Amino acid sequence: MASQANIQELEKIASQVRRDIVRMVHAVNSGHPGGSLGCTDFFVALYFHILKHNIEFDMDAKKEDLFFLSNGHISPVWYSVLARSGYFEVSELSTFRKINSRLQGHPTTEEHLPGIRIASGSLGQGLSAALGAAQTKKLNNEDNLVYVLMGDGELQEGQIWEAAMYGAHHKVDNIIATVDYNGQQIDGPISEVMDLKDLKAKWQAFGWEVIESNGNNMSEIIKSLEHAKSLTGKGKPVLNLMKTEMGYGVDFMQGTHKWHGVAPNDDELANALSQLEETLGDY
Amino acid sequence: MAETKFTFTEKKDTRSGFGDGLLEAGRNNEQVVGLCADLIGSLKMGAFQKEFPDRFFQTGIAEANMMGLAAGMTIGGKIPFTGTFANFSTGRVYDQIRQSIAYSEKNVKICASHAGVTLGEDGATHQILEDIGMMRMLPNMTVINPCDYNQTKAATLAIADYQGPVYLRFGRPKVPIFTPDNQKFEIGKAINMIEGSDVTIFATGHLVWEAIEAEAILREKGISVELINIHTIKPIDEAAILKSISKTRCVVTAEEHQRNGGLGDAVAQVLAQHNPTPQEYVAVDDQFGESGKPEQLMKKYGLDAEHIVAAVEKVIKRK
Ligand SMILES: Cc1ncc(C[n+]2csc(CCOP(=O)(O)OP(=O)(O)O)c2C)c(N)n1
Ligand SMILES: [Mg+2]
Repeated sequence: MASQANIQELEKIASQVRRDIVRMVHAVNSGHPGGSLGCTDFFVALYFHILKHNIEFDMDAKKEDLFFLSNGHISPVWYSVLARSGYFEVSELSTFRKINSRLQGHPTTEEHLPGIRIASGSLGQGLSAALGAAQTKKLNNEDNLVYVLMGDGELQEGQIWEAAMYGAHHKVDNIIATVDYNGQQIDGPISEVMDLKDLKAKWQAFGWEVIESNGNNMSEIIKSLEHAKSLTGKGKPVLNLMKTEMGYGVDFMQGTHKWHGVAPNDDELANALSQLEETLGDY
Repeated sequence: MAETKFTFTEKKDTRSGFGDGLLEAGRNNEQVVGLCADLIGSLKMGAFQKEFPDRFFQTGIAEANMMGLAAGMTIGGKIPFTGTFANFSTGRVYDQIRQSIAYSEKNVKICASHAGVTLGEDGATHQILEDIGMMRMLPNMTVINPCDYNQTKAATLAIADYQGPVYLRFGRPKVPIFTPDNQKFEIGKAINMIEGSDVTIFATGHLVWEAIEAEAILREKGISVELINIHTIKPIDEAAILKSISKTRCVVTAEEHQRNGGLGDAVAQVLAQHNPTPQEYVAVDDQFGESGKPEQLMKKYGLDAEHIVAAVEKVIKRK
């Protein structure tokens, strides 16, 4: 369990990560702030509290927990959290999306950025990879867990449901898959673009243990992830349906699909930064 | 630098040519329907959706389903235009296209934006450079890669009138408009842009403009360039290729694509069979792309006018 002091510490980190995100996308006038801001609290909780991981990067990650980002477009939050965790220098965040950078628009292994184990960006593929990695952990007799994050719009891809079926059938019970349930995608609210209807019932029907959580409250995230952990090892894969608000933390970006993949201009950046405390020093 | 033989007053993205062409095709023919997988803005399909809401289908992020739906809609006479990024229009759904569209001879128009490195900052996951190769390998498939806004609009209108599966490839960045407004687009017919005698450049898509700039540089160096715009890569205009090389006796091909499988290989096949001729490729050399600005990437991956000039100088020495 995390103490109150602990929670405050994590919230401070999250504020800095949100600053990093808006500064990174502003600098190259491209990238995806909306989903990144919405998932910031989750990433911070995961990397600074939940995950058993080693910042001396090793692709095979024996005896470590693993994390996969399936919705690769929210790379800014991942890069910031990896840098703030010590995987690489925070100054490298300034190379995001620029030519000759390790910080590609979508995460890649080609540039050997520490922390990344598979490319993502083309949606729908991460759950399959995470299930495969989880099975390798079992084959290697490791009791570590595999975490994966997916977008809710991303769940419209058929491959996700092929993977869902597989995970339950093969009792891959060392995985915690989280859905960024923000209700938004590029063309608008999910309910208008392609309704996902009763997601909880869908995952349950596919044979997953489903929990629901709030992804924009640090202590609740920790609680729900710890609860999710307690559900592993019981013969079923675990699905964390995590409600978030796209753009969370910057009032004018909040709760709309408009900021899915648009960078703030100079004034908007200044406005955003005025809402986010600089806690660890900007890169 | 000498003046280019073509000039422009405006730059526009080729995807807007598609969007405007689709709207007009929809007005001309009520059988035209549109499908899109959560990229309406990027594909410029919003105007069509607005004017023909009953003939527009949002599929969500589900490209494989979109291809199957489009194939089914042709049965009974609809002419479906699918819209998503070039990567998700081809590699993502290859077997759906292969079985349900190409093999089944369905009248589907696969319209693909953000092709090649010039989509820029999104990086290699989105920058497909293999799509022309994949599509031209499919029997029954027509493959078109127009060069500017006007030509893309004309091509969109032309494929609506053509019976059979088509892959139409276009891009994201704003590029010069240098071909005529309201041109007639003839599928499979190459366009001789500049006549010359020392070398033929066969270019497609965004590389046609780069070749126009290269011609100006080469003219100053005393090299006479023939430039042919191959907007239709399949079926390729064999007669135009053979006619030009019988005069120039050497060839440079230029495309925003892998050297494997693209325009260069299509031209090389014609040459090898009918009239073996020295050829140099301006294309991406068996690599993935990366994030960056379009101009930076065109330079780094060897696709700009300078690289065309170097390829011409090299191939002339091989005559
Ligand atoms: C296979 C595939 N199709 C389309 C896209 C383009 N695309 C990128 S993000 C996105 C929307 C994703 O929605 P969601 O997963 O809900 O993420 P959010 O917008 O909430 O960040 C789309 C359609 C893609 N990257 N991959
Ligand atoms: Mg979403």
